[in-house]
Amino acid sequence: MRIVVLLKAVPIVGTERLLDAFRVDRGSGLEANGNDEYVLEAALQLTEQHGGEVTLLTMGPAGALEALRKGLAMGAARAVHVQDDAVAGSDARGTVRVLAAALGRLEYDLVFAGADSSDGLGGVVPAWLAARLGLPYLSYAARIEPGPGGATVRVRRISPTGFDLLEAPMPALVMGTQLLGEPRYPSLRGIMQARTKEIATWSLADCGLQPAGVGLAAAASEVVGATAPPPRGGATIVRDQPDAAVTQIVDLLASRRLV
Amino acid sequence: MGSAIWAVAELADGAPTRLSLELATLARTLAEAMGAEATTVLVAPGAAAAAPALAQHGPGVLAVDTAASEGLAVAAVVSARVATLAAERGPAWILCGASPDGKDVAGQLAALLDWPVLVNGAAVRWQDGAPLVEMSIFGGRLVTESRPTASPAIIVVRPGAIAAEEAPEPGPIEAVEVAPGRELPAVRIVERVAEAAAAASIEEARIIVAGGRGVGGPEGFAVIEDLADALGGAVGATRAVVDAGWISYSQQIGQTGKIVKPALYVACGISGAIQHKVGMQTSGTIVAINRDPDAPIVEFADLVVIGDLFEIAPRLAAAVRARKA
Repeated sequence: MRIVVLLKAVPIVGTERLLDAFRVDRGSGLEANGNDEYVLEAALQLTEQHGGEVTLLTMGPAGALEALRKGLAMGAARAVHVQDDAVAGSDARGTVRVLAAALGRLEYDLVFAGADSSDGLGGVVPAWLAARLGLPYLSYAARIEPGPGGATVRVRRISPTGFDLLEAPMPALVMGTQLLGEPRYPSLRGIMQARTKEIATWSLADCGLQPAGVGLAAAASEVVGATAPPPRGGATIVRDQPDAAVTQIVDLLASRRLV
Repeated sequence: MGSAIWAVAELADGAPTRLSLELATLARTLAEAMGAEATTVLVAPGAAAAAPALAQHGPGVLAVDTAASEGLAVAAVVSARVATLAAERGPAWILCGASPDGKDVAGQLAALLDWPVLVNGAAVRWQDGAPLVEMSIFGGRLVTESRPTASPAIIVVRPGAIAAEEAPEPGPIEAVEVAPGRELPAVRIVERVAEAAAAASIEEARIIVAGGRGVGGPEGFAVIEDLADALGGAVGATRAVVDAGWISYSQQIGQTGKIVKPALYVACGISGAIQHKVGMQTSGTIVAINRDPDAPIVEFADLVVIGDLFEIAPRLAAAVRARKA
């Protein structure tokens, strides 16, 4: 089973900041998006149980390399890093164009993507990419396994009451969640082995793309302002006995028409 | 392209979700500002029966019944039909909800129509001839304003961007049959498995009572559930207690769970780590009950009670019930 895992290197949660022209600072302190590590773990387990290899694919700046190295140390076989100044500032459409072109140069049975990224919170790229590539799309996976016969993939998709068991022929694109299970820590052996694994760096031209259609200039929206919301806090601190404390809570809720 | 604005609605248990009613309201208010038509598109089995509840919020409703597509994953069925309707009728803007199905539909529609998408809208208003989309980013530390550089475009809107409000006059309902111009690869639902009674959806809830490690264990959640019941709210949780198996993932709030914006958030035994904070800090009112006066949540709550949640939450539930009685 050949699985390509889409990995996004995001600013470390809590340290994100905007640069001039409202662009997100991607120059320092990147880590693999949390939800992407869950699908990577699922991909590693599937290939360990059923054979095959995991390829990481990312589009991002030089700083994304560290997240790729960690993924290789966890057990991925190789990585592809689409790195080109022209892709900086791409919106979801530009990102889909680049990832679709890069996937067109890779062989796979499955493509895995994490649910929302912590920086954009968009969560639309996996569905978009699947539809663009004409792949069946199975989303919000809590478990991923081969279907009976081995030509299909089965996914438990989270539902409000439990899950829907989905099935589609491969190749397919699966979007997964935290319920896939805690990602492993790279072992020392994994870290050593990762040093000799291939990280291919592809330019836009390597993907067969022109700069038109990607990057900031092609983005379909522009940020026209950014403000810090009024600071929260200045909380009223209550250290009263329980009954008196409850009275204070009820008074606040009543004054704000919440009860 | 015309100038109409559409909202894509979805159903839960046969009725429009609160988010769908919010989108219908938002489409109506934006259309009034634009001087254009608003339409809600509902593609679902039994669409016609659920259409009046949407129409009461103002826009006209296009109801597409898909009883024949039961047994297939929903998003591909919906997006293929909305794409066909959009190609025929040419709206300028399509609003989708930031629910799991709504985001799947938005991505697939974007591919089918080759339209761009503005994601993560926390509020949308009409300004200078275009929608201006507020986005809360970096866990609520910044609010950006974006606008599409051209129409048409898809805008994904989070729950709570606007309060659902009925219109003086309901919109007209039109039942339509749509043959998708281009079907997406079908994904079959082999089986639907119910593991638990459906908990109240935290994305739909106006009030959320959430528990963290301080709840102590799965049995401790009875206190949280009781307070939520008294307040008429839903139960939320931190990642730590979901990982520990005390409560299901569908209730998890935060970075790898759901982002919520209820009118009231009651945090019980929750320290307020950044990964949780990013999921709830835009809530209207935040009340925290915590033993630790130095917990990070003190920095962004409105009212903090320092004490034992097992002493305070049951009393609060009783006081709320007494008040309502």
